[in-house]
Amino acid sequence: MSFRTTLTRWFRSAWPPFVAVLFFLALWEAAVRFFGVESWILPSPGVIAQEASRSADSLWMHTLSTLRLTLIGFVVGSAVGLLVACLLHLLPLLKSALYPLLILSQNVPTIALAPLLMIWFGFGLLPKIIVITLVCFFPVAVSAMDGFAQTDRTMLNYMRMIGAKRIQIFRKLEFPHALPSLFSGLRIAATYSVMGAVIAEWIGAQKGIGYYMILQKSAFRTDRIFAAIAIIVALSLLLFLLVTLVERLVVRGGRRGGHKEGGDPR
Amino acid sequence: MNERNSEDLRIQKTAARADGPVQTSQRKNAETAAGTASAASPAPIKLELSGVQKSFGSRRRPLPVIGGVSLQVREGEFVSLIGPSGSGKSTLFHLIGGLLQPDSGEIRLDGRVINGERGHIGYMPQQPALFPWRTIEENVVLDREVNGIPRRDTLDEARRWMERAGLSGFERAYPHTLSGGMQQRAAFVRALLSPHELMCLDEPFSALDAFTRSEMQTWLLDIWEETRRSVLFVTHHIEEALLLSDTVYVLSGRPSSVLRRIEVPFPRPRREEIAETPEFLALRRELTGLMKEEQRKSRAENGGRAARG
Repeated sequence: MSFRTTLTRWFRSAWPPFVAVLFFLALWEAAVRFFGVESWILPSPGVIAQEASRSADSLWMHTLSTLRLTLIGFVVGSAVGLLVACLLHLLPLLKSALYPLLILSQNVPTIALAPLLMIWFGFGLLPKIIVITLVCFFPVAVSAMDGFAQTDRTMLNYMRMIGAKRIQIFRKLEFPHALPSLFSGLRIAATYSVMGAVIAEWIGAQKGIGYYMILQKSAFRTDRIFAAIAIIVALSLLLFLLVTLVERLVVRGGRRGGHKEGGDPR
Repeated sequence: MNERNSEDLRIQKTAARADGPVQTSQRKNAETAAGTASAASPAPIKLELSGVQKSFGSRRRPLPVIGGVSLQVREGEFVSLIGPSGSGKSTLFHLIGGLLQPDSGEIRLDGRVINGERGHIGYMPQQPALFPWRTIEENVVLDREVNGIPRRDTLDEARRWMERAGLSGFERAYPHTLSGGMQQRAAFVRALLSPHELMCLDEPFSALDAFTRSEMQTWLLDIWEETRRSVLFVTHHIEEALLLSDTVYVLSGRPSSVLRRIEVPFPRPRREEIAETPEFLALRRELTGLMKEEQRKSRAENGGRAARG
């Protein structure tokens, strides 16, 4: 597949939602003007864009701070998730003991833990990274473990027959086999990590988009809050695309089912 | 059950087999294997199974799958196992590969008992099982890699064999871009490059269409006659077994045992055309009859068991 055909295919699938968004924004603009909605309740897209460009400098500073926090948290959280997945997969006893607890732990809302973490670890970087890690690690761990568990039986059988050791089977077969699954977990974690960063900043920070939102809320600057939301969406998308790009580079060969399903005549 | 085990059909070994020109070969053992085959004394035994038994199921209600199988593969010999479906051929392979431990009996390789030991054989499974994220050349060297031989030491030889397998130009391709037959050839080259002399091929062509299959048989015949590796080949295709093998073992239905051992008398190098000789047809007819009978018996037995159980 050449670059050009990729581009045309991308364009073909991208234009309908793009037009839909434009249409929605136009509808919003028209509705606000037509009904004369006050701008502290619902500013129009035009007003939001104007305000965003006016306070671009401070928005950019806060965005960079959030981006930095998000990236650190995402990397740490995903690494922890992957590490947990590998450990639990290689030690089946540990998995049967901890996996149900892991699932249960997801019933505790991470946001509820954030204030506790602030009390314990103060207002520095550490509690914020812990919040993001808590949000990120679960999708990564679960998708990686699923990927490991779904390793192709015939390939596994082959590796055993030629006498591969446990660690060789893991490194040469199970891990690369789980990569597509791992990356779908990483994509979820990427968007979660932006959310985690913003929540962490709500609770205690001196800069960042989350802090900026709290500030503007008390000033009833709805337009600025909308600008912040737009930035959060953009950050999420950016990270999502970044993960997809890395996946393209890392995952090789045909995705899933490299061997054809041949009917066994028995 | 034992009467049918021991019945041993000995077909006069034609002198012609020994007359076949000994081809030059890259494998060091090939020379000796072919040489001893032409001499009066047979080649040393590579793999020997004696009285191997295996049951599955619970201790109270064991389900015997392998009921005492004894067989031999000599060095440089091509041995086929045929049997009705459900005769535990794959289980037998898992026993030889060391994935399973036999309940009783011994599996010997070069005279040493290897019950439950892994890593002594080269293997080609029913499905090619090539790793989709590896290129063909990376796939082909996998067995060596697992056995601790670095990739760069192998690639030259791998490329040579890939050329022989009609895979040149596809060294850097990924498996999903290849046809089923080409994938199987790559899987065969992977087994061929194994540092272990004995190759176990588990119904390698069963998933291919009839035309590709017969093409693959001829190809395998050529390559094997050049390399003369010790091969244990499982199939339920009688013609395939007769065309390729020096010796054919016919297995009974479950619990399986050796019904008959047949030495295939045709000279090497063989051509597909031997399949039209009266000798070949007679052998085929006989084996077909035997297999039909066995299939019928095992079906009746299983039906009976199901009715009782």
